[in-house]
Amino acid sequence: MFATHAAIDTEDKARRGFRLLRILTLIAARLVKAVIVLLLIVVANFLLIHAAPGDPAAVMAGEAGAADEIFIEQLRDRFGLNEPFPVQLWTYLKGVIQLDLGYSYRQQQPVLDLILARLPATLILTMTAFVISLTLGVVLGVVAAARQGTWTDSFVTSLSLLFYATPLYWVALMAVLLFSVQLGWLPGYGYETIGAGYTGLPHVADVAKHLVLPALTLGLFFTAIYMRMTRASMLEVSRMDFVKTARAKGLSPSRVQRRHILRNALLPVVTLAGLQAGQLVGGAVLTETVFAWPGIGRLMFEALAQRDYNLLLGILLISAAVVIIFNIITDVIYTLIDPRIGANA
Amino acid sequence: MSVLSVEHLTIGLPKGADRRHAVKDVSFTIEAGEILCVVGESGSGKSMAANAVMGLLPDLVAVENGRAMFDGKDLFALPERARQALRGDRIAMIFQEPMTALNPLMRIGDQIAEVYDAHGALTPRQRRAKAVALATEVGLPDPEAIVRAYPFQLSGGQRQRAMIAMALALEPDLLIADEPTTALDVTTQAQILSLINDLQRRHGMAVMFITHDFGVVAEIATRVIVMRYGEIVEAGDAATVLNAPRHDYTKRLLEAVPSDVVPAAAAPRETPMLAVDGLTKTFGGKRSLFAKRRVVKAVDDVSFTIAKGEILGLVGESGSGKSTVGRSIVRLVEPDGGSITIDGQEITTLDAAGLRKARRRAQMVFQDPYASLNPRTRVAAAITQGPVAMGTPRKEALADARRLLETVGLDASAADRYPHEFSGGQRQRIGIARALAMRPELIIADEAVSALDVSIQAQILDLLRDLRERFGLSILFITHDLRVAAQLCDRIAVMQQGKLVEMGPAEEVFLRPQDPYTQRLLAAVPGARWSGAATTAASA
Amino acid sequence: MTLAATAPARHPALDFWFRFARNRGAVFGLLVLLVVIAVAVFANVMFPDSPWKMVQRPFLEPFQVEGLPLGTDTLGRNVAAGLAYGARVSLVVGLISTLFSLAIGVPLGAAAGYYGGLVDDILMRITEFFQTIPSFALAIVLVAIFQPSLSSIVAAIAIVSWPPVARLVRAEVMSLKSREFVEAARLAGLSHLHILTRQILPNAMSPIIVMASLMVATAILLESSLSFLGLGDPNIMSWGYMIGAARTVIRNAWWLSFFPGVCILVTVLALNLIGEGLNDALNPRLARKGR
Repeated sequence: MFATHAAIDTEDKARRGFRLLRILTLIAARLVKAVIVLLLIVVANFLLIHAAPGDPAAVMAGEAGAADEIFIEQLRDRFGLNEPFPVQLWTYLKGVIQLDLGYSYRQQQPVLDLILARLPATLILTMTAFVISLTLGVVLGVVAAARQGTWTDSFVTSLSLLFYATPLYWVALMAVLLFSVQLGWLPGYGYETIGAGYTGLPHVADVAKHLVLPALTLGLFFTAIYMRMTRASMLEVSRMDFVKTARAKGLSPSRVQRRHILRNALLPVVTLAGLQAGQLVGGAVLTETVFAWPGIGRLMFEALAQRDYNLLLGILLISAAVVIIFNIITDVIYTLIDPRIGANA
Repeated sequence: MSVLSVEHLTIGLPKGADRRHAVKDVSFTIEAGEILCVVGESGSGKSMAANAVMGLLPDLVAVENGRAMFDGKDLFALPERARQALRGDRIAMIFQEPMTALNPLMRIGDQIAEVYDAHGALTPRQRRAKAVALATEVGLPDPEAIVRAYPFQLSGGQRQRAMIAMALALEPDLLIADEPTTALDVTTQAQILSLINDLQRRHGMAVMFITHDFGVVAEIATRVIVMRYGEIVEAGDAATVLNAPRHDYTKRLLEAVPSDVVPAAAAPRETPMLAVDGLTKTFGGKRSLFAKRRVVKAVDDVSFTIAKGEILGLVGESGSGKSTVGRSIVRLVEPDGGSITIDGQEITTLDAAGLRKARRRAQMVFQDPYASLNPRTRVAAAITQGPVAMGTPRKEALADARRLLETVGLDASAADRYPHEFSGGQRQRIGIARALAMRPELIIADEAVSALDVSIQAQILDLLRDLRERFGLSILFITHDLRVAAQLCDRIAVMQQGKLVEMGPAEEVFLRPQDPYTQRLLAAVPGARWSGAATTAASA
Repeated sequence: MTLAATAPARHPALDFWFRFARNRGAVFGLLVLLVVIAVAVFANVMFPDSPWKMVQRPFLEPFQVEGLPLGTDTLGRNVAAGLAYGARVSLVVGLISTLFSLAIGVPLGAAAGYYGGLVDDILMRITEFFQTIPSFALAIVLVAIFQPSLSSIVAAIAIVSWPPVARLVRAEVMSLKSREFVEAARLAGLSHLHILTRQILPNAMSPIIVMASLMVATAILLESSLSFLGLGDPNIMSWGYMIGAARTVIRNAWWLSFFPGVCILVTVLALNLIGEGLNDALNPRLARKGR
C-alpha cells in the first residue's frame, strides 16, 4: 500500500469533508440491519407463543387453562387463530409493524402503552449505572495497570473479582438492609417519596436520592467488568512497539500513559461497553425488582408473576430495540476515535 | 573524544532463561561522526546492549555491572529523570518494525512535534513547521499533507522515514538504530540505508547500528563489533573485519553470506516437470452494500516451466505475487485463469479426489519454522500423516519417517519428540522431511530459509542441493533474496507487481540483468560492491 | 551431521500443574470448589431429611438451637439443609448448561471459521442475532413460556450463553487455519473434517477450556437469578429460590437471604479464580507472543 501524496491529500480532504457522510452511511446500514433483527425477533416471539404448552389464545390472554371458553373463542376470532399458520403470522407481523404489540388482558391496557410508561425510569437507572460503572471501571483499571504488581493493583483486582462474582439481586438486598433499614441513610424502595408532592428541583433531588442505591448496585457488576478489561487492555497496549517509541522520545511515564497507552487501550473497552448494553437490561430486571423501581424490569417481574406472556414478549422486543440503538451509538463513537475504521471503504 | 564509551557492560537475564547474562563484559566506544555496526545472530545480545544504553531494557532484565560514559557522565548512574531528559534529545533511537512503531491513532506530524513538546522546545506553531521541515529532510512525499496523515496511510518505508524524522528532531549526538531495515524490502532498505548514511554525514552524529546482515555492514559501517552469546568476539575497522576476519566465528558468518560467484548451472534438462501457462489470480476485497469492491491483480499472466531435476528461483519483493504463484501450483490458492501441469497432468481442473492424488507429487516447504509444525503432535505424526492418509501402513510410514529424518541430518529419535524441542533450523529440516515423505517430484520452497540465521541458512541450502542430486527433485525456490537464489538455482525468474519481468540462467540474470527492475533490485542488495571484492580475493 | 534436540521434556501434565499452582488464588479456588462439590455429593448423608420438611418453628435465628446452625426459614425448614441441597442444583445446572452451550457454540464457530465465505456470513448473522437480544430477558421469557423446570432452565441458559463460544472458536480457527502446518496437512491429503478436528481444534482447546470454566460460574449466577425471580424448578431447593422467598421478610430475618448469597458468591468466585489459573497455565504469554 503505497500512499502517494495525492492519495493522502484526497483522503485527508475526504476525511474532513465526508466524515459526516461516512457516519451517516454507517448509521443507515446499521438501522437497516436493526429492522431485520427486530422483525426476526417478532417472528421468534410468534413462534414462542405457539410453541408454549397450551392453547395460543389462552397463552395470549395470560390465562393458560383458566380462562373461560367464550372469552378464548373471542380471542381466537380476533387474532385469526382459526386461520392457516402463515396467515396468523402475517396478521401478527402486521400488528407489530403498526406498533400494536397486543393487549395485556391482565392489566387491561395495550402492551406498548404499559412499556412506554415505564421506559423512562429504566433509562434513568441504566444510564446512571452505565456512566458510574464506566467512569469508575476505567479509572480503577488505569490505576491498577499503572501500578501493576503493587498492593494497590492486587486490592483493585481482588475487589473486581469479588464484585464480578456477587449476585446482583443479593447485593441489592444487602444494600437495602444496611443503608436503608439499619442506617436509614437512603430510601430503599421506589422512585420517589409517595405523597410528598414535590415539584421542580426538590422532586429531582428526591428521585436522585432514590436512585443512589439501585444505580450503585447495578453499576457494581459492570464496574468490575470495565475495570478488568481496562487493566488488561492497558497492559497489552503498554507492551506494544509504539510505546517504546514514545519512551525513546523522552516522554514522561505519565504522558506515555495518557497520550499513547490510554487512548489505544480504550478501543476494546468501547466495544465491550456496547456489548454489555444487553446485560444492563437484564441487570435492571433484578435491581428494579428488589428496589420496586417502576421501570420495565419491574414490569417484567409483574408480567412474570401473572404469566402475562404478551407483555413479556413485548418487553423483550422493546429492550432489544434499546440495546440495538445503544450499539449503534457505540459504533459511531468507535468510528470517531479510530481513524482506521471505514477508511478503506 | 568518544561520544559514548561503554565499559565492562554486563546485563543479567531473569532466572529460567537459557543463559545467565544477555551481555557479558562488553566494552566499546563510538566516536563522533562514525557509524559503529554491532553485528550478531539472534540471541547474541546486540539489541540488549543498545537498549541498555537507551535505558529501555525490558522489565526483569537489568544492567548488573559496567559504565556507559556519555558527555562525561555515567548513564547507568543517572537518575531516571535525567535519562528521560537525554532520550530523544541527545540520544535518539529507531526500531525494527515500522508497522507497529508508530501510534496508530496519532497523526504523523503530531508524533514528530511531540518530541519538542516532551523537551519543552519551541512553540506549538514552530513545532508544526519543524515537523514539515523534518518530513521534507527525510524525503517523505508531499510533507505538508503527510504530517496530517495517520500511520496506516503510509508504506513501511515511509513509516521508517517518519521514525527517523522523530529521531532527528533535536539533533541528537548519538543515534541508535536497532535493525531498522530488517523488515523492509530490499529496494526500500537501500533507500533507508543511504538516508541514514546521508543524515549521519550532514549532522555529524555518531550512529550505533545493530544488524545481523554483513551486507548492511559493508554498506555503511565505519567500525564493526561482532557479538556472540553476549560477548564481543571481534572488533575493528569495517574493511579489516570484512576482508580479513581473525575470529573463527566471524569467518564462518562471512562464509555463510551468499557470495556473488554463481555456481555453474547443471546441464539443461528437457522433460518439463512443471509447466505454468498464463496463470492469473485476482484478489477481490470484500464486497459490501456501501463500498466498492477493490481488486488486486496478484498474479498477471505468468508462464514458466521447470525441468526434471531443475531448480528455478522465483524472486520478488513483498507483494510481487511470487508466493501466490507457488500456492496456486498446489491449489492452496485457487487460480482464476491459466493452466498448470505437473508432469503433463493438468492441475487446475481436478476435483477434490483427483487433487488429493496429484498433490502427492508436489509438496511445499514453508517459511516459518515455528508455524509450520503442529505444536500438539509429535514429529512422527507430522511426517507420516500424508503417507498414512494415502494408504501406506502406519508401521511402514513410521520406519520411512525415521530414515527421512536421518536423510535431512537429524537423529531418527527426533520422531518421538514434539516440535518445541527443536531449534528453527532443525524444524526446517523436519518440514523438508515431511515433504519428502510423500515422495514428491516437485518441491515448492516458499521463503524456506528467510527466517533463519545466516549460518543455518547456508546449511539448509546445502541440504536442498544435496536432495536434488539424490532424488532428482525439481524445486521451485521462492525468495526475496536474489543472492540466495543465485547460489542455489539453475534459472531465475524475477517478478514485479504480479508480472514476470525477467527469466534466464542464474548467471545471466545475476551478472547481466536486462530488465531495469532486476537491475534496481540487484543494485539495492546491501554490500553489493564489497561482496564482489571479497569473491575476487577468494577466487584469486 | 546429527543435531541433538534442545530443551528437555517434562511431562506436560506436571508442567501444567506447576503453572496452575503458581497462581495461589487458583489453588484456593480449587479447594473451595472441592468442598462445595463434597457438600453437594453428600447432602443427603449430612441431611437425610428433605430440605422441604418443617423441622422447627419458623424464623428461628442462627446458632439458637443445636443441630440448626443457620436457623429456620419462614416455614420452619432447615436453612443449612437447603444450602447443601442447593449446591447440587447450582453445580449441575452450571455444568450441564455449559456443556450444552459448548455443544452449540463449538461446531458453529468452527464451521464458520474454517469454511469462511457464505457459511461464515450466515452463521455469524445468527450469532449476532442471539447476541443482540438481551440474554437475561430472553432466558426469563424462555423459562416462563416453557414452564420452569430443570430442563427448561438448562436449555434457556445454554441458548443465551453459546454466542461468545462461537465467536471465540471462530476467531481461533480462523487464525489457526492459515497456519502453515494446516496447509501442510491439506497438501498431505487429509480430509477437511480430519484437519478441523485433529489439527485445528486441539490447538484451540486452551482458550475454550478457560472460557468454559468462566461460563460455569456465569451459568450458576444466571440460574440463581432465575430462581430468585420465581422461575426455579418448583421441586428443587436452590440458593436463588431461598433468597427470593426470603426477600419480603428481609427486615425481620436477614439470615435467610444472607447465607445463600454467600454460598453463591463463594462458589462463583472459586470458579472465576480457577478460570484465571487455567488461563495462566494454558496460555503462557511467551507462547502467544511468538508472532
